[in-house]
Amino acid sequence: MDIIICLKPAPDPKRWDSIQLDPVTRALQREGIQSVLGPLDKRALEEGLRLKEAHGGKVTVMAMAPPSARENLVEALAMGADEGYLLSDRAFAGSDTWATSLVLSTGIRKIAGFDMILCGSYSLDGSTGHVGAQVAEFLGILNVSQVVAVENIERGKLRTKSLAESGYRILETPLPALITVTREINTPRFTSLFGVIEAENKPLITWSADDLGVAPGKVGFRGSPTQTGGVFMPEMRRKAEMLSGEPEEMVQEIVRKIRQALG
Amino acid sequence: MEFQFSAQQELLRKSVREFAEGAIAPKVQHMEETDEVPWDLYKEMGKQQYMGILIPKEFGGSALGHLARMIMLEEVGRISAAAAMAVQIFHLGVVPIVDFGNEGQKKKYLPALAKGERLATIAVTEATGGSDPTGIQTTAKLQGDSYILNGRKCFITHGHVADTITIMARTGEGPKGFSAFIVEKSFAGFKLGRKEKKFGLHGCNTGEIAMENCVVPRENLLGSEGDGLKVSMSAISEVGRAGMAGCGLGVINACLEASVKFANERLLGGKPISQHQAIQWMISDIYMDLETSRLLSYRASWMKDQKIRCDVDMAMAKFYATEAAVRCSKKAVDIHGGYGYMMEYPVQRYYRDAEILIASAGTSEIQRIVMARKALTSFK
Repeated sequence: MDIIICLKPAPDPKRWDSIQLDPVTRALQREGIQSVLGPLDKRALEEGLRLKEAHGGKVTVMAMAPPSARENLVEALAMGADEGYLLSDRAFAGSDTWATSLVLSTGIRKIAGFDMILCGSYSLDGSTGHVGAQVAEFLGILNVSQVVAVENIERGKLRTKSLAESGYRILETPLPALITVTREINTPRFTSLFGVIEAENKPLITWSADDLGVAPGKVGFRGSPTQTGGVFMPEMRRKAEMLSGEPEEMVQEIVRKIRQALG
Repeated sequence: MEFQFSAQQELLRKSVREFAEGAIAPKVQHMEETDEVPWDLYKEMGKQQYMGILIPKEFGGSALGHLARMIMLEEVGRISAAAAMAVQIFHLGVVPIVDFGNEGQKKKYLPALAKGERLATIAVTEATGGSDPTGIQTTAKLQGDSYILNGRKCFITHGHVADTITIMARTGEGPKGFSAFIVEKSFAGFKLGRKEKKFGLHGCNTGEIAMENCVVPRENLLGSEGDGLKVSMSAISEVGRAGMAGCGLGVINACLEASVKFANERLLGGKPISQHQAIQWMISDIYMDLETSRLLSYRASWMKDQKIRCDVDMAMAKFYATEAAVRCSKKAVDIHGGYGYMMEYPVQRYYRDAEILIASAGTSEIQRIVMARKALTSFK
């Protein structure tokens, strides 16, 4: 099976308090802040590696990201992916999910063939959850979102268990197909020292907008049909009421107030 | 001069840190409470090739070298000094085979050790000789095709759990009267003695081992008869000292992170104590100790990888990093005030774990003698 994993390196959550916003585009200013692979990215990659171990084939990782994301792709190669593609160009800066999906799907078409694409259900930073479905639409393939388990692949059909509004759904989908994965799907493996050594010898190719042949007006800030309206930290305010009296009395009062709030 | 790590070394650090936080950290509390050896963890570290980092690739190791080893020990030690000690003592048990073993010994022992399927250690210290190994009294007498070993070794890390142990014993008189042997715990006459109860490094086994007419095949002699001091001191001086320095780096790292976290969260007079100068001085002292220890340790490790003699540099790194670990852990406890004495805060563990780093692989006094000898000849 030839499997492609779409990754979204995002600013390290431990440094989120240092992130600035561009006042005009309202895009994240990531300079100086290291990018990391999010937990869902790693689970998508882990699932891809498990499928390769079960069915044979190759795992390719791909990301649309600044040049600094190269180290994140090397990390993915160290974890076990066979090759990587970094789609990187200043023209891509400020892309919304539509433009991002256009770039990723163009990159995927440039690679010769695939059986399955895996993504995280949402990224660590934007968390829109759009890109997986949009990439599938651009490629003209079916997609299943919020997959918690890949149950079976047989005779060109993929059987998955995925989250529904309440409960789960079991779907059978013809390949090629795209799935987005949740935290429940697996526990990602740790990267071994052999993986660190082998990563250096695996192909990691960077493609620019020219390499992909995407028109400048279709990508980046200008090519994005959606624009960020505003980004702010919500103010957390809570009503505080101090109680006094004996502990038993205060407990009774708390229970009364909770019952009252619940109606 | 290049003072940056390579991209591969940074990836190594990141990978080990993730493993330490994800796989080692959840086991620390159980190790503390039970002092049980976390077997599954050691097997897992074996699968990650932490054990095989100094073993050549042809025998299944990753052969990433000593600088990589230092990075790995710092990251493991940051989470658990006990786990770091377990890994470093394994390397100490393996290196005599790598450096002095013949092809047959390497083929027989290294592949399983590289995968972590078998554990290794080294046993030199006795009641009569530790820092000065020439005081040991364990004997090895050649009888036919075997050496018969008699004696007791004390304070042996992983002595009760290792499968192969590099043991130093007397085969003659004088400095050339020591030999080194690969001893398997299954050999007749190999016995486990007392298991020690330590106030730190819980989960890392330490104990006495005894050889009572222990039968060791002749082919398990490392090098030649008389090479024992060379084999042991080569391992201890440039691998053991480095290992202790790596454990020290991990402890200092952990002390700094815990101290910064607490100082930023603990409010006194309406502001965090990190805004008070006295606390800032203590934190800067820990920071300075961390960076100084790192410079000394990483430089010595680089020298070892370049095959430049570095026994004195390792002595300096070991001395500094282990002494710094003890003083930084005290500072970390002090920064925490009364909370630092409570078991639910990690700094008490760092304080308890740090002390043994000074006595192991040669005490600070031995390292001073090594450094003084060099200084007295080089700076006259």
